Amino acid sequence: MTDELARVKTGTIPPVTLVLEARELVLRYPGASANAVDGLSLAVREGLCFGLLGPNGAGKTTTVEIMEGIKTPDSGAVHYRGAPLGPDFRERSGIQFQETALQEKLTVRELLKLFGSLYPRTLPLEELVKLCDLGEFLDRDSEKLSGGQRQRVLLAIALVNDPDVVFLDEPTTGLDPQARRNFWGLVRLIKSRGKTVLLTTHYMEEAYELCDEVAIVDRGRVIAQGEPDTLLKKHFDGVTIELPKADFRAGAKPLPGKLVERDGTMELMTSEVDAALAALTAAGASLARVKVRARTLEDLFLELTGRELRE
Amino acid sequence: MSSAKRLWAVFVARNYEFLRDRGALAWNLMFPLFVVFGMAFAFNGGNQEVFKIGVDGSVAALPPGFAATKYLKFVPFDDEAQAQARLRHHQIDLLVKPGNPVSYWINETSPKGYLAERILLGTDAATPAPVRGEVTGREIRYVDWLVSGLLGMNMMFSALFGVGYAIVRYRKNGVLKRLKATPLKAVEFLTAQVLSRMVLLMAVFAIVYHGSDLFLHYERLGSLASLYLIYTLGGFCLVSLGLLIAARATSEELAGGLLNLLSWPMMFLSGVWFSLEGAPRPLRLFADIFPLTHVIDAARAVMTEGATLSQVSGHLAILAAMTVVFLAIGSWSFRWE
Repeated sequence: MTDELARVKTGTIPPVTLVLEARELVLRYPGASANAVDGLSLAVREGLCFGLLGPNGAGKTTTVEIMEGIKTPDSGAVHYRGAPLGPDFRERSGIQFQETALQEKLTVRELLKLFGSLYPRTLPLEELVKLCDLGEFLDRDSEKLSGGQRQRVLLAIALVNDPDVVFLDEPTTGLDPQARRNFWGLVRLIKSRGKTVLLTTHYMEEAYELCDEVAIVDRGRVIAQGEPDTLLKKHFDGVTIELPKADFRAGAKPLPGKLVERDGTMELMTSEVDAALAALTAAGASLARVKVRARTLEDLFLELTGRELRE
Repeated sequence: MSSAKRLWAVFVARNYEFLRDRGALAWNLMFPLFVVFGMAFAFNGGNQEVFKIGVDGSVAALPPGFAATKYLKFVPFDDEAQAQARLRHHQIDLLVKPGNPVSYWINETSPKGYLAERILLGTDAATPAPVRGEVTGREIRYVDWLVSGLLGMNMMFSALFGVGYAIVRYRKNGVLKRLKATPLKAVEFLTAQVLSRMVLLMAVFAIVYHGSDLFLHYERLGSLASLYLIYTLGGFCLVSLGLLIAARATSEELAGGLLNLLSWPMMFLSGVWFSLEGAPRPLRLFADIFPLTHVIDAARAVMTEGATLSQVSGHLAILAAMTVVFLAIGSWSFRWE
């Protein structure tokens, strides 16, 4: 059980603020040797952007699809505003899947009308167009959109029913940095309208920028959950010193902190910056290309699992 | 919010998709027209070398000299009215009734009938002088016979591949998963697919049939309404079969294999190109398991024999039953993912 759920049960957090709860979810795909989701629990509060982080294959998408009602777990349950998910949840939720095609030969306008026709309550087309900035290509064939435009259309489709909860599954994968930042702006806009957003991503920067709260998932389980800064403070009390491996020298004395090698770079995680730099200099390392940076969620994942997030 | 509104939205979207796919649209229209005109051209003028002589009774009872004449093919009939109907539509060249004297009927408008009569009168059947009768009627050409099969075959390919393949593609690329996340129900989605394809099937049927009729002037003996009803029911049955194939398949290769496995035997055994009347009984019974056999048999009976709906009701009942079974199993086993 997560701390969050425990606090809900003890009354520290009023249950009414919870929009979605996953309770002890378990799902194993046929023929698999391990559970894709293995007793996972989490709670999402209203109006926040909740990030589900983890490497590929960690069980993020399976978890989020169970929470969307697309997949049925082997055991466990998902609750929406205190009640088990029912058919009406589809009217209250909006989903942007990780991989999905759009009906061919339809323009963006026709797609929005099509999906709008499937819901009892919809946002006016003009509002949707303005919100997701679709005006430039509203009458373009959906097959002729760029990656960024396509993601904006998929987001608009997810918002067409003016949902309470918006699921965004790896929404910026494959986008260039500019398109990614534009998309972040849209997510912030959605949040400002009071929507609850459940985002999965393996971009730590994205999670840090957008999420009020994150759950780090590994092997189908939540291994850490909380506000990003709080999590970092809880697990780290220092910084990371980065040095190209070619510039690094090992001295006779051990360095203060934890030393790891990552992608040709030596990283020293330490709370004693001055002592660490002095030790490196004494060992003969060149500090011409040294970097000192704050600890990130990526570091946290490494710390918790001993593995890279993007492995 | 009505189910009809959702169904209509998906129906319209599917129609847009198809109509804007110029290649598929052209193929669906041009292919059957090419085949109809190609076959009409290839078999124009009748290149059959053999005279078909209907025999009202036993062939063994014919005068031996006439019966031994080369290049005559004798077709026995039990029913004189049926034999005369065949003669009226040039499906046989002469009708002979053994006796002393022999009786025979000729279609005055048939050139081959004239020659067959000359042959008859040049043999031992001429003595004592035979009794001559006449019928009149326009020729049922091969193309009049063939068009029922070609229309059925085109409908089969369009129904099976247009629905079956499209749904599997939707499933594979995630379109179905996206729709599953909306309030759209499976039955609404499937109904929209069926209706959209039915509109296309019947539009293509009308264009191909009436378009080619302008040039080929089909000799249709039954009612046009009956023909439409048969193809509508046949279309529903074949589309339902396409849905059944697509209900769970997740790969286009598997779906394509299954669809080919069904469509090729139907193309050759359902009587599109040639009649199975003279084929071994087990083969004819096997062909009856295919819906296309019943579509073509019923349509051809209306087209070339003037059959009424009640006369082809057996075929219609089988098609209706197959449709219900295919739709029930297809809907029950349908999976979005």
